[in-house]
This record gives sequence, C-alpha cells and structure tokens, in this order.
Amino acid sequence: MMGWNGSGRGWGEHVERPNWAPGDIDLERPSVARVYDYYLGGAHNFAADRAVAQKTMESMPELRNVVLNHRAFLRRAVRYLLSCGVRQFLDLGSGIPTVGNVHEIAQAVDPAAKVVYVDIDSVAVAHSRSLLSGNDRVNVLQADVRDPASVLASREVTGLLDLGAPVAVLMIALLHFVSDDEKPEAVVGGYRDRLAPGSFLAVSHSGYEVDEETESIREARAVYERDVVRTTLRNKAEITALFEGFELVEPGVVRLPAWRPESSDDVEASQQPFPGFCAVGRKA
Amino acid sequence: MTERVDHRVRDDRSPLDPAVLAGAESFARSWATAVIGSSYVPMTRAEVAQHLQDLTELLVEALFASPFRTAPGYEIGSRLVDAHFTGTDTLGRTIQLLGDDLLAELGCTADDRLQSRLAALQGALAAGYARALRERTLAEQEAIRAAVLDARDQAEAMLRASEARFRAMFTEAAIGIGIADIEGRILDVNQALQDMLGFSVDEMRQYNVRDLMHPEDAGSVWRLYDQLIAGECDHYRAEKRFHRADGEQVWTHLTLSLVRDDHGEPQYQVAMIEDVTDRHLLQNRLRYQALHDPLTGLPNRALFLERLGRVFTNRGKHLRAGLCYLDLDGFKVINDSLGHDTGDQLLVEVGRRLDHSVSGEGKLVARMGGDEFVILVEGSTGEQDIVDVADRVLTELEAPIRIAGHELSISASIGIVERQLSGTTSADLMRDADITLYWAKADGKSRWALYDPERNAREVARFTLSATMPRALERGEFYVEYQPLVRLEDSTVTGVEALVRWQHPEFGRLAPDRFIELAEETGLIVPLGRWVLRKACEEARRWLEEFGDAAPFVSVNLAVRQSRDPELVRDVKRILDECALPPHHLQLELTESAIMGTADEPLEALRALCDMGVRIAIDDFGTGYSNLAYLKHLPVHELKIAGSFMEGLRAETEEDPVDSQIVATLVQLAHALGLGVTAEGVETPAQSARLLRLGCDTGQGWFFARPGPPEDIDSLLRGDL
Repeated sequence: MMGWNGSGRGWGEHVERPNWAPGDIDLERPSVARVYDYYLGGAHNFAADRAVAQKTMESMPELRNVVLNHRAFLRRAVRYLLSCGVRQFLDLGSGIPTVGNVHEIAQAVDPAAKVVYVDIDSVAVAHSRSLLSGNDRVNVLQADVRDPASVLASREVTGLLDLGAPVAVLMIALLHFVSDDEKPEAVVGGYRDRLAPGSFLAVSHSGYEVDEETESIREARAVYERDVVRTTLRNKAEITALFEGFELVEPGVVRLPAWRPESSDDVEASQQPFPGFCAVGRKA
Repeated sequence: MTERVDHRVRDDRSPLDPAVLAGAESFARSWATAVIGSSYVPMTRAEVAQHLQDLTELLVEALFASPFRTAPGYEIGSRLVDAHFTGTDTLGRTIQLLGDDLLAELGCTADDRLQSRLAALQGALAAGYARALRERTLAEQEAIRAAVLDARDQAEAMLRASEARFRAMFTEAAIGIGIADIEGRILDVNQALQDMLGFSVDEMRQYNVRDLMHPEDAGSVWRLYDQLIAGECDHYRAEKRFHRADGEQVWTHLTLSLVRDDHGEPQYQVAMIEDVTDRHLLQNRLRYQALHDPLTGLPNRALFLERLGRVFTNRGKHLRAGLCYLDLDGFKVINDSLGHDTGDQLLVEVGRRLDHSVSGEGKLVARMGGDEFVILVEGSTGEQDIVDVADRVLTELEAPIRIAGHELSISASIGIVERQLSGTTSADLMRDADITLYWAKADGKSRWALYDPERNAREVARFTLSATMPRALERGEFYVEYQPLVRLEDSTVTGVEALVRWQHPEFGRLAPDRFIELAEETGLIVPLGRWVLRKACEEARRWLEEFGDAAPFVSVNLAVRQSRDPELVRDVKRILDECALPPHHLQLELTESAIMGTADEPLEALRALCDMGVRIAIDDFGTGYSNLAYLKHLPVHELKIAGSFMEGLRAETEEDPVDSQIVATLVQLAHALGLGVTAEGVETPAQSARLLRLGCDTGQGWFFARPGPPEDIDSLLRGDL
C-alpha cells in the first residue's frame, strides 16, 4: 500500500513518499547526468557537480577522455545504424542534451527518424523536454530503464515508435550503473524480447580485463561511487554475455576507440588500455 | 539544441597561395591536436582539422588584409565556442599556439608589423571567445535552472495529484476506512465509517483502537491485532461487532492492514470496515424461518428434532428428559365445519396459550404439524415434572376460545414420556410418546396418559398373539383341557367343560382370557371354535364308547361371533355326524350378554341347534343384563351361575346371607323355568354342601377337579366306576 504524502496535515511528521514520485531535487547532491555534462564541456551543472567532477579528475585524469569516447562511440554507432536503415532509436539513460545528440545525428541523415530519450533524472528530462518541445519526432520519457515493460508500454514510446519495425536500443554508458543484483541480462532481455527482428542493441560499458585496474584507479572509483553513484565494472566476457540473443556486428566487443573508427587518426596510441568495451548487436 | 555545427566556414576557395595554404593546413593539424579532448565536439579528428583549417585560413587572410581589422579574430573566437570547443584549456592553448607557431608555419618572418597584427588578432580572438563562452555558459546555466524548476513543479504536481486521488478515494469510499498510528491512536476516519458508527471525526480521534473492543469479539481478533501491531503479520480479516454512538450494534467484516515505513518498521494501521448488519440480520431471519412454524411462530419440527438430538449429545448436562405429545381433540371437525381460517386462528391461539403456560429454561414448545404439538422438557427430575406441565396445559386449554364470533371449547389428549437418557434414544422417546398419546385418545381424550411399560408390553403381546394366532392353529399349538361338571346329589360326573389353551412358544401356556377376545376381533374364533368343538366331540365320542351311559356330555363355549356365524348350525351338525356323537352329548355355552343380544339370526341358530338335540347353557349367569321375560322363551337348558356368587358361601362356619339368598333365588328361577343350574367356581366343601342345600343341581370348580387333559377325566370316570 502506498505511503501517505507530504504536507503532514493530520498524519504526523514523518511521512513516506509514494515510490513512483520523483525523488527530491536536491541541488546539493551531484547528479550523474550533470557531472557528465561538465566533462563534455557543458555548463548545465551546479557547483556540487563541478566539485565532484574536478575531484574525481584529480585521481582519474583520464576520465574526461573516457567520457568523450563514449559519446564518440554513440555518434559512430548511430551513423552505422542509420546506414543499416534503422530509423527508430530508443536512447536509454540519455542524460543532459549536450551537443551531438542522437536525434541531431539521425535527423541530419533522415529528418523522418524518430527518437525517444529515456532517463530517470527529472532535471535532465525536464531540460530535454523544454529543448525538444517543437520537435514532434522526439519524445522524452522519465522512467527507470531497468523496467523494460513499463518503458515500452509508455505513452511516449507507443505513441511514437512502431515496435513492429526495427528499433535501435542504445545503452551508452548505462549498464555499469546496473548492479549484478539488478540483473542487467534480464534488463537487456526485457527489451530484446519485445523488439522486432532486425532491431539492434548498442552498448558501451566501463570495465577492465582481469587485473588491469590499478589500485589507484580503484580508490578513485571508490570516491566517485561514494559521492555520486555506485558502478559495476565488467570485463569483455561479461559484456559479451549481455548480447545473448543478438548477432554481434563486426568488430564484435572491443575497446571503445577500436570500434569502427572514422579514421585511423582517431585511434590514439595510449599507454593504458582503454577502460571500457562496446559493441553493436542485431536481433535476427 | 537548436544550433547546428557548421563544419564549413566558407564555401569559396581560399585566395591564399599554395605555400601559405600548406602552412595553414599544418598549423591547423597542430591546433587540432592541442584542443581535441578538452571538450566534446561532434566531429571526427579529420573534420576537426578541416574545421580548424578553415578558421586558420580566415585568420591568415586577416593577418595580411588591408585595411587591417581585428573583427575576424573576434569572429573566430566566437565560432570556436559555437563548435563547442569549450574546454578550459582550449583558449589558452589556441592563443599560445598562434603566438608560437603560426608565423613559422606560414613561413613568414616575424617582423614587428606582423607580430603586432598577430597580437591584435589574438586579443580579438580571446575577446570573442570569452564573450561567446560567457553567453553560452549563462544560457546553459539558465536552461539547467529552469529545468530544475520544471522538474520540481512536475514533482509537486504529481504529489498533489496523488494526494488528491488518495483523498478522493478515502472520502468517497462506500466502505468505512480508518487510519491509526501504531499506538492505536485514531488519526482519521472517512465519512462512511463515521456514518457507520455514528461518531464524528473529532470524536473518533479521542479514541484508541482498543476502546472499540466489543464483548462479543472472539479472543482471536485481539490476538491478531497485537500481532499486527508488532509487525508479525501484515493484515488479517475478522468478523467484528461495534457499538454505535446511539447504542445500536453493527455487524461488520473488518480487514486490518499494516503500513510500514522505508525501513520496514510498522508505522500505521489501516482498517477497511464493511457493514454487514443487513446480511447478518437476514441470515438470522432465514434461519429463524427455517426453524419456526410460520402460522403460530412456534419452533417447528426441524428445530424440535435438532433440540431433541442435542439433548442426547449433551448427555453430561442433564440426566433425564421428558416429552408431551399433544393432539387437539376433534380439530378436524372444527376445521371442516367452520373453515380453515378459523382452524388456523384456533391453532394460533392454542400455540399462544401453550407458549404462555410452558415457559422457561430447558422447555421447548413446538408445532409438529396439523394440530399436533410437542413439549420437550430437559433436565426433568421425574414423571411428576411432566405431569405438572401437562396439567397446566389442560387447564390453559379449558377456557373457551373466541374466534370470529364463535366460542370454541377444545380439549387435548396428551401422551407423556419421561425417563433417564442413558439407555434410550430420541427415536424411542418419540415413539413411546406417540403410543402414549394414542392411549390418551383411546382412553377417552381430554386427558394425559403416562407411558406405562407394562401396558405397552401387553399391547405388544396382544399384537404378537394376534399375529401368530393363525399359524398357531395350523401348528397345533392349541390344546383342550377338560373340567368335570359334578352332580351335587351323588357326586357323579355328568359332563365336562372343554377349555381351550394355547401353548405359545414365546409366552408359554395361555388361558382363554388372553386370546379369545383377540380371536373374536380377528375372526379367527370361527376356525378355532370349530377345531375346539371337533376335539371335544371326538373325546366325547371316545368316552361314549368306553363308558356308555356313564359317559359325560361335553360342554363347549361358544363366542358371540360364532353364534352369529351363518355356518354355525351346519358346522355343528357336520361335526356331530363326523364324530358320530349323539347331539345330547353336546352342550354349547353362551354368555348371558351373547344370548340377550337383540339380533334374530343367532336366536334362529340356537333354536335349530336345540331342535337338533344339542343342549344350550347360559354361562356366567347373573353377570349380564337378563331379560327375564325373554328368558322364558329361549331355547336354553341350563343356567350356570357365575363364580362370583360363591364368595359368600366359602367359609366353613359363616355364610353371607345375601349371597345365599341370591343363589337360592336363582335356583328357584331356573327350576321355575325348567332349567338346570350349575354353580361355577366351587372351591370348598362348605360351598358344595351349601349349594346342595340350596337346591343347585351341578357344581364345577377346583373342589371337584381342576381342568386337565382328557386322561384325567378317564381316570375320574374309571375311579368312579
């Protein structure tokens, strides 16, 4: 039974909020979406977000590069998917609409392309909605992406996308926020099972191969997790396992910079192996 | 995101010469390297390089332009921001790179004029960049803050909507809802619950949930409540009664649920209460109707049987119980003559009086059906308890009943049974009460009768005898004994009376008083009588053959039924013929009442028999109603004086003068009519002597001989001789 709300009229002091309402929008608390935006060079963030971002970068200076790479992979993946004929996109965990958004990339190629952005962060969603209010081929949904059924049944999805036709589901820098207990394979399966054949899945995921993560990195990550959000890093095999039911598109599961680089120049030589893997899979 | 990144700054080819172009391209590559990675730019590395190359060419043009203007530098700075080259290092590196490498890459000598121009352009670039970045930052900040407000408003609205929905549900619900904290303090109750219990919200807020206990609550209801409060269970259902504010009661279905907080600790309790009073009362009414007679309102047969059954299963409670089966006398007549309406009203009044007179713990008055009622008394102490009840009932029913202008007097017959419960069953009680009721009716109605096990046994025996008699005759269970008739004068045996006995396999040796009446009722007397007559005649024949003139006649009793049998004369004749017995060796005895009966045919039969030569005797004379004038004309030979008259003549010394006189008179009467006199029941010598003195001709009784087998007569006759 849901709890009683707010005002305290006649109920007593400590009241419980219904669990479907958005949590408190607390500007003191950093949000993942806003921290990312900062890394990407945006100004859609507050002092608390910048403080955490800067602190983390002190111990993980390569973090900005990591974030940039996820975004760059998103761009390359969407372009590839467009070239495969996909015209419907579901961007899960879309965050703050910084430059290089999915709909910008897609509608540049085909103005008829349709996109639904989904995020749990109410501010990110509000911001996206206000920017996209004039675009009737884009919807923004506030939902928990860990519940595929309710996402796909939402008005925003069913009113725009045709689930009988191929849809590309984008999980960019998302699944490392889904712990093992929350069963990421079940989340992926929940979407996969409801999509038409010819649909795609694009995943980028932070992670290391066994023994790659150094102590200092682990410490830095601990700080990030304490201040912002818990993450679960996975290795290549674990990430490959998430693509069960999909055929992997060449080159399969690789480190981010190595996935279909737009030019050989883009692949930087680096001392450290890139801490993240990605892939695109097709549902037969 | 409305701005679009334009990768092409200009669409016409640059006018710069190839060497300079090459230098610009090289510089642009370095520039790209310096700024890539400081912010996200939606371009490939090559595209970045191309973009920066275009900007570089613009800058170079400006460097050599005449007149010299700084505006292009400004513009380049601005365009860098537009393309999202917004990293914190971007500007610094750009300016530095311009200062360090541009002129060298272009292959120009760094003279003062160029240096000064370059510096101006750098400054303009920085200014343009700073201004653009500031605007962009402020715009993005504004956007994000607006988004925060939007999100908050949204959340607020959803919160309010959810509250409103809850409030609506709570207020409008038809079911009663109440909310209390974990201590039981009532926080809120909706309108439905207020109406149900008759209290206002403020009044209810004074109460604790425990104040709502009802004496009829099952212990389990409050045990479960304690468990719920402790968090051991999350909800339960119960049937519960409440007292309303106005004192009335409501019956309810109650569901109590526990609400926990974020940490799983019990926080609130919510009760959903459904008023089921109507249903409850309806169920009660249905049950009542199923168990009560609609006409009189008394318990009906079903309820009576239920209670009676319970009396036996609760055997520990009471040791004894009693029943009155009650039936109205002549109800059918009233019902048929005055109509069923009147009959019904009569029953209603009877029911009312019964209920009124029989009241109290352990007593149940029920209408079984028709005009039959039953009263059950539990825990009686003896028959008297029930008799008292029956007496009270009879008294109550004495007063006439007024219905529709009629004054009706009714009476009832009541059968009473009262006994210990162990060793009997409800079926036994009911059956015996029924039998006893029948006795009450048979005994004359308007009375009660008490169950008598002996009477019952007798009736059962009678029934058994009646049922077994026909076969008994076939099986030869009957036999005849003979008792001598002695001439008082010389003690000669002049005749013998034939007396039938029944050796019953169950009851043993039965004398005629046990079965002759039954035989008459069933008509078996005719074949039985014929059989006795034949046996007696056969014996008489034998005696005739053996003893000749000294042979006694045989005297056979004739029942009333036999005397009315049209075949009687023919049967007697046939038997006499078949036994070859002279008719005067046969005497038929009939009772006084049989002969004095009014019918003509029996008289004709007797005359015919008399004419045949058969002797006719009147048995038990003096005990019936004799028509003396009639007697004169009857075909009778002998009077047998009943044994009761002998009583006064028994004693050795004294004799009752009255009895003596009666006997004397009877003898004279008989002799005057030309009839012989036999005295029955002679038991003492004094009687014998006195009878002789009084003139009596023959005597019969134990003084002379008891009834016995024919061999005894043989001995007697031989002894005599």
